[in-house]
Amino acid sequence: MNEAVKLHFLVDGEDFTSAGQASVQVKKSLRELGIAPEIIRKVSIAMYEGEINMVIHAGGGEADVLIYEDRIEIHLNDNGPGIANIDLAMQEGFSTAPDNIRSLGFGAGMGLPNMKRYSDSIQIDSALGKGTRILMVVQL
Amino acid sequence: MTVSEMAKELSLTAVSGADGERNVSGVYVGDLLSWVMGRAQSGNVWITIMSNINIVAVASLADVSCVVLAEGVVPDEGVCKTAEQKGVNIFTTEKTAYQIAKELADLSL
Ligand SMILES: Nc1ncnc2c1ncn2[C@@H]1O[C@H](COP(=O)(O)OP(=O)(O)OP(=O)(O)O)[C@@H](O)[C@H]1O
Ligand SMILES: [Mg+2]
Repeated sequence: MNEAVKLHFLVDGEDFTSAGQASVQVKKSLRELGIAPEIIRKVSIAMYEGEINMVIHAGGGEADVLIYEDRIEIHLNDNGPGIANIDLAMQEGFSTAPDNIRSLGFGAGMGLPNMKRYSDSIQIDSALGKGTRILMVVQL
Repeated sequence: MTVSEMAKELSLTAVSGADGERNVSGVYVGDLLSWVMGRAQSGNVWITIMSNINIVAVASLADVSCVVLAEGVVPDEGVCKTAEQKGVNIFTTEKTAYQIAKELADLSL
């Protein structure tokens, strides 16, 4: 059984009430597959932050989660505005979230740092006007 | 101590009592969601005044044992229903975050 288990999600950029739904579904699937709780928590946190960023900053996007025997890959792709300065965006506290989003509890500038902290590797490919592609890997 | 036992000790009101048998361990206080996501520990009691629908996904994914809404904050419509469905416990109380935390500390949590 070397085939990866593949999960695919469209992340809606309009609907704030269901934001995080893909991550919640992934958590459920990983549980059903018998993945260890610490791993599930890492994947859940890393993916949620990426999913929410696509909703808040990029008007939605797509998420693919691939579960291999030795690792879990989280692929996030959007066609949003892109990130002007990735090093700056990775710093704790940096946020461009508008006030209405901040009033919901977002905008602390901790999402990308959390993604880095809770994944074993993160690769961000982004450019202004081109959108953002992120690959996070969590080792099993 | 279970979530139900803790809620009884503190006289909290259950607005979503999805899984009262879950064990509680430790406490996290905070309203900024990505701080909670990154810093709360699995099993924690999460004390907050943030009551919009996004707390349900955060509570579930950060794997806290329950959410306690302080200062008489009432959750938005639909939050309780979604929380029940996702297995997330939510309580309300008139107490301040400090009072709740102090009472939890007195219970050696
Ligand atoms: N997918 C994306 N598309 C465009 N910009 C993004 C994207 N993800 C992040 N950013 C930019 O990077 C900044 C930092 O992101 P980060 O997730 O760390 O913080 P935040 O989303 O602003 O707040 P928080 O995650 O704490 O709620 C954002 O404010 C935004 O400017
Ligand atoms: Mg973010």
